[in-house]
Amino acid sequence: MTTKENTISKDMFVPAHVDPAKSEKIAKKSLNFWQDSWLRVRKNKGAVICLVILVVLIIMAFVGPLLTPYSYDTQTTKYNNLPPRIQGLEDVHWLPFDGTLTRKDGTEYNAYEVRKVDAYYWFGTDNLGRDIFARLWKGTQVSLFIAFMAALVDMLIGVTYGAVSGYLGGRVDSIMQRIIEVIVGIPNLIIVVLMILVLKPGIIPIIVALTITGWTSMARVVRGQVLKFKNQEFVLAAKTLGASDLSIIFKHMIPNMFGIIIINTMFSIPNAIFFEAFLSFIGLGLQEPHASLGTLVNDGFKSMIAFPYQMIIPSIMIALIMVCFNLVADGLRDALDPKMRD
Amino acid sequence: MAKYIMKRIVYMIITLFIVASLTFFLMKLIPGSPFNNFEKLSEVQQNILLDKYGLKDPVPVQYFHYMVNMVKGDLGVSFQFDNTPVTELLVNRVGPSAQLGLQAMVVGAIIGIILGVLAALKQNTWIDYLCTFIAVVGKSIPSFIFAGLMQYYIAVKLGWLPVMLWRGPEYTILPTIALAMFPISIAARFMRTEMVEVLGSDYITLAKAKGASSFQISVKHALRNALIPVVTVLGPLAVSLMTGSLVIEQIFGVPGIGEQFVKSINVNDYPVIMGTNILFAVLFVIVTLIVDLLYGIIDPRIRISGGKS
Amino acid sequence: MEKILQVKDLNISFHTFSGEVKAIRGVNFDLMKGETLAIVGESGSGKSVTTKAIMRLLPEHNSEIKSGEILFEGKDLAKLTDKQMQKIRGHDISMIFQDPMTSLNPTMKISNQIMEPLIKHQNMSKHAAKARAIDLLKLVGIPKPEIRVNQYPHQFSGGMRQRVVIAIALACNPKILIADEPTTALDVTIQAQILELMKDLQKKIDTSIIFITHDLGVVANVADRVAVMYGGKIVEIGTADEIFYNPQHPYTWGLISSMPDLETESEELYSIPGTPPDLLDPPKGDAFAPRNPYVMKIDLEQEPPFFKVSDTHYAATWLLHPNAPKVEPPEVVKRRQSQFPSIREGK
Repeated sequence: MTTKENTISKDMFVPAHVDPAKSEKIAKKSLNFWQDSWLRVRKNKGAVICLVILVVLIIMAFVGPLLTPYSYDTQTTKYNNLPPRIQGLEDVHWLPFDGTLTRKDGTEYNAYEVRKVDAYYWFGTDNLGRDIFARLWKGTQVSLFIAFMAALVDMLIGVTYGAVSGYLGGRVDSIMQRIIEVIVGIPNLIIVVLMILVLKPGIIPIIVALTITGWTSMARVVRGQVLKFKNQEFVLAAKTLGASDLSIIFKHMIPNMFGIIIINTMFSIPNAIFFEAFLSFIGLGLQEPHASLGTLVNDGFKSMIAFPYQMIIPSIMIALIMVCFNLVADGLRDALDPKMRD
Repeated sequence: MAKYIMKRIVYMIITLFIVASLTFFLMKLIPGSPFNNFEKLSEVQQNILLDKYGLKDPVPVQYFHYMVNMVKGDLGVSFQFDNTPVTELLVNRVGPSAQLGLQAMVVGAIIGIILGVLAALKQNTWIDYLCTFIAVVGKSIPSFIFAGLMQYYIAVKLGWLPVMLWRGPEYTILPTIALAMFPISIAARFMRTEMVEVLGSDYITLAKAKGASSFQISVKHALRNALIPVVTVLGPLAVSLMTGSLVIEQIFGVPGIGEQFVKSINVNDYPVIMGTNILFAVLFVIVTLIVDLLYGIIDPRIRISGGKS
Repeated sequence: MEKILQVKDLNISFHTFSGEVKAIRGVNFDLMKGETLAIVGESGSGKSVTTKAIMRLLPEHNSEIKSGEILFEGKDLAKLTDKQMQKIRGHDISMIFQDPMTSLNPTMKISNQIMEPLIKHQNMSKHAAKARAIDLLKLVGIPKPEIRVNQYPHQFSGGMRQRVVIAIALACNPKILIADEPTTALDVTIQAQILELMKDLQKKIDTSIIFITHDLGVVANVADRVAVMYGGKIVEIGTADEIFYNPQHPYTWGLISSMPDLETESEELYSIPGTPPDLLDPPKGDAFAPRNPYVMKIDLEQEPPFFKVSDTHYAATWLLHPNAPKVEPPEVVKRRQSQFPSIREGK
């Protein structure tokens, strides 16, 4: 606690002017919902990388089958069970693209040379001689289609049901909620299996089976949000101004729930991919010659010991897609969830 | 509390009734009879069989018989296994399934909780990143993918463990790990979040201010409070184990309910499919009820009144 | 009087994603035996951080004591190991927190929460500790302590919980009690009860209290001395009388003007314009300058040193520099100064 010498010149002690507006100025640019969300998602490097991978995979799901001269359903039994072989990479021995297979006694041999095949199957062929590269992308396309469609239908049903239930309230709400409680009480495994048994396996039946139980979580979330918004001032204001119920729900409430709806949908996509693969495993998947990631893995299992690549390649693809979807969904949740806002 | 339990039990019964009816009528909707697979049978023989199993009765009659018998514990007889009662088939198969499920649950919960706690105590260290990695991978990748990859690399390539079948403890290791991946990831992730939140709470600061050691704080004060909400994920986990066990049992040739179920689907053995469905539904509602009640017992703050939100 | 705690030139920073936040920038004060020192200031002024630093309760992963000493009975608390510090916490120095609703462990019985420090620091048997816990509950005025001791926190009201927290803090007769806004989360009537209780107990066990608050009304009630904090620094320190009746720093003037009293004539209460400084990038010169109606050029250039007002009263403002122009403090302050001119004369 010292007192300084009087070395400061007197003119320092004149009143100074501080512009009050300067300290009050808003440093941040104002952003709309999507810009703000994108800024947040962008900070999450893992999510961005996964998003890029997903975009590439989705493009490849359509372009992939065109890149190889072989079609996904042409059987060339002469050339069956050939291991992966890629031009240029075949001389790099530590990569699994040199066209070699391992015999039971552990010795390796080049299947292409032994069987005198002059072709390059990038990811090999299956036991009917179909090109796995083409089948893989075709399968990815089908799996993604099923997943997106299931998620979309879930979203439509769930949002409508939840909005109606929450907005009308009272008896209607309580009956609608009891219905959901009963549906949630039934393991979805059972319903999905039963539906497929009845409808016979196929793309549409699988989507239908998945959506029968899938929409409930979205409906619950949306109902919760509607209940929350129902008594907030902006809704009351819209009401007093004579807005119709529909316009209140769709113009005022739903836009405020975009974040939560998107997060929920993003989580239901990998869930649908999982169930599709799962159904293939218990014999209720797509029928030949159609391919989905699930049927590819399931087929691969049958010849896993002799031709492991038939199982490993689609397995890696499922794993990659699932991890990416989950990380993107996590990233979106962190970015969009209002609770996390600072 | 008693009122709450009663209400839950009524719901359980309604749910089971719906599941049973749904199963029955959907089975009836399936085109073709279960004997289509037995192509050797002549038309006359098929007719005799249909008569014998009462499949010619009007559907409501069949439904009535089915429901009455089910309440008595009789789920009909299997077509594929020479008239063996379904109940007996299920009972015989329940052992391996239960063992596998329990092992996976215990292993998953213990490893997951330990990982989650360590990650929370050592935030932003390698163990935290490992925990996050396991949580993401375990949650995202389906158990049958793990099963396949482990079966190939660990059993076939390295020969460390048996490839399949169910003949002793070492046979259970790979299926257990494959099935436990999901519980591990969920428990680890949930535990980490809860633990971080608890560790940041005021009463932990007060415990520190009392002079408690970090060990006392993490075990006595934090762990218990963080563990309580973990109970809520046990229900969904048990259900995921039921789903997962279907394929895992098939992949590893475990003689359990799931493997039998898949087999039955492939040969249209309706009674076994229906019976297994009902068993799953019963397990599911019981597990959900137990978890909810458990939560009320463990947490002194919770007074269950009416349903949960 | 004997100094029990000395804080010397304390500097604390937090490492955040946006950069280093200099939360405490050279804080000095002493705490005498048996006295109550109030630290006042608005949110973010660093009052809580200072006391958490004394208890070493700052989060380890992002906070850092850059320099300075916290001397307690000759030991520098800033340099003790965790083990040594555990022996001091709850035993020599204990703490009461702001929100009683969250500061008790919800899954532990009250008895165990009070017994914990007793068993830890005084090696009491469980039985003895329990008896003491009941005594403590009686001391802090909880009816039927024998029954209440076996209950869980959710069975207590907010005021009762705060009494339990006080009982825990007092369990080992600490030499210093740090109360971090202990009444802020309580109803006004309960506030008064808790303050009375604390004054009472202080007499009984002869402890020193550091009382953190942003409520000057509470300060007037309990404090012997007052330190006013702003922007991570103490800007004025003195006896309670000196701070209330002869404040020198324009920030203290602002605080006092914004406190309602019986004589306030105007309808509207005064509020200090602007917002607290951004400690990520502390301003050059006096941190209060942008909000100071009496701002001078020097305030924007150089940080003011402490100017002595009396032996016990110091203020860090250039207005006390001999070259500074005489300024008129606000009406309220002038009236207060005139009420007790004796304080003004330094006697």
